[in-house]
Amino acid sequence: MTIDNPQNFGSDRPSEASNFNINLAGRYKLDRIFESLTWIAVAIALLVLATLIIDVLADGLPRLSWDFLNNFPSRKPEQAGLKSALFGTIWVMSVVAAVSFPLGVGAGIFLEEFAGDNWLTRIIEININNLAGVPSIIYGLLGLQVFVRYMEPLTGGRSILSGGFTLALLILPIIIVSTREALRAVPDSLRLAGFALGANRWQVVREHVFPLAIPGILTGTILALSRAIGDTAPLITIGALTFISFLPEGLQSPFTVLPIQVFNWVSRPQREFHDNAAAGIIVLMVVLLLMNATAVFLRNRFQKKAS
Amino acid sequence: MISNSSHPVTTQAALTAEDVNVYYGSNLAVRNVFLEIPKNRVVAFIGPSGCGKSTILRCFNRMNDLIPGARVEGKITFKGQNLYAKGIDPVETRRYIGMVFQKPNPFPKTIYENIAFGARINGYQGNMDELVERSLRGAALWDEVKDKLKGSGLALSGGQQQRLCIARAIAVEPEVILMDEPCSALDPISTLRVEELIHELKQQYTIVIVTHNMQQASRVSDLTAFYNAEATETGNKIGYLVEYDQTQTIFHNPTEKATQEYVSGRFG
Repeated sequence: MTIDNPQNFGSDRPSEASNFNINLAGRYKLDRIFESLTWIAVAIALLVLATLIIDVLADGLPRLSWDFLNNFPSRKPEQAGLKSALFGTIWVMSVVAAVSFPLGVGAGIFLEEFAGDNWLTRIIEININNLAGVPSIIYGLLGLQVFVRYMEPLTGGRSILSGGFTLALLILPIIIVSTREALRAVPDSLRLAGFALGANRWQVVREHVFPLAIPGILTGTILALSRAIGDTAPLITIGALTFISFLPEGLQSPFTVLPIQVFNWVSRPQREFHDNAAAGIIVLMVVLLLMNATAVFLRNRFQKKAS
Repeated sequence: MISNSSHPVTTQAALTAEDVNVYYGSNLAVRNVFLEIPKNRVVAFIGPSGCGKSTILRCFNRMNDLIPGARVEGKITFKGQNLYAKGIDPVETRRYIGMVFQKPNPFPKTIYENIAFGARINGYQGNMDELVERSLRGAALWDEVKDKLKGSGLALSGGQQQRLCIARAIAVEPEVILMDEPCSALDPISTLRVEELIHELKQQYTIVIVTHNMQQASRVSDLTAFYNAEATETGNKIGYLVEYDQTQTIFHNPTEKATQEYVSGRFG
């Protein structure tokens, strides 16, 4: 006995079977069309990215050298380097991380774990979400007025501190929102278990909620810091200089950062400076990748510890 | 049928509820509950879904405080003190009145840490190793886990996890243990072990257990409270205590018709 179509189940109810139009071929066709569309979306994104990277590498790689990293900016393109910008970026990012991480995570924990659900917290929540969408140049204007002018005795004017504070403000909403998301992902049953044993809120947060949320919080912080490291507009607004031929001496020093240096080189007419800009972009990307790698490493360590 | 034992309590009361009403927001959820839970007894709360038995259970250790909008009226007395009086600290209350939840919820930490946490936060001064062993023995779990105390509590089976949660609860030396459907996520064999455990625990603790399983109520409890719910015109359900008596009486000779119908499986 042979079966022609093993899936031809037939029907015991011929009269009702006609109400169904199985149309497998048509459904599979739609499935394949959608798969191709999503594949094309991925391909376009990758293609654009690859083009950018190859273009930058082709222009910039020949220019990359120890001297390029170790020289100060110069009027002669072949002698110009980005030492001051690289150090400036490291200084500024240290300030940004030191300010935004404790403030952002603290605010997130307060809003999610301690604050009740009342009109005040709702207003704060709406405002934080709005702040996350404010253009960065607005933060630059705020930083110029508050940190550079009002707080000059403390920050020293157009300094690393002012720049770091401004960028920290810029990414605070992102860190707060991602901290809250990470905390919300911790199951409530663990909080209840802690409370039922006679723990207070701080004990529950410290021992059970926070350790589980750390990986998520770190991911959010990495993304936020990656945004800060490449943001140029607010720093130009507060007056980060484009030509700095010395290393920062302290938090109150004038400074420049990598994206500003790149911007400066791109805006020059000579072709050689454009190659410098490409090399600068490579350095910026490497710094960014190093930062992300550190954070991923930290996150994995915490994840192992938590489980 | 007339029951002569409208006051089934002969021993000292561990917990009493006097005219307790619980609101969620502006909705009344449970009304007019009067109840006395005697010391070293097991009291079962049964009734259909939404009748407020878990809500009343959570009043006893003020876990309702954690639900936004929940409000409790009336008097819950523990050792002569109204738990809802001014100046009563819910954090301290919960050390005396522990809780075991519906789904096993061990902390994602070692078995040892699961037990030690509650003791540590409550300022336990004694030998922690001894306390961990004593608590795990108390929850009939020691023999199964004594070689893997440093292993994760989440690596245990569901039934073991639930007994770990019981061990965790008794580690802070409470007087009452509230159990909110502790076996509903467990297989029959694990359920049996937890029930055996409840029998042993009642020597030292007062136990209030919410259950949907009527055989379980009849097996483990000394007293049973049957709750029911009535719908209002607005469609809300208001729970109330129908009958509270010796478990024997509730299951074989109840006063109320609703109880009779519920325990015989005719509704609910």
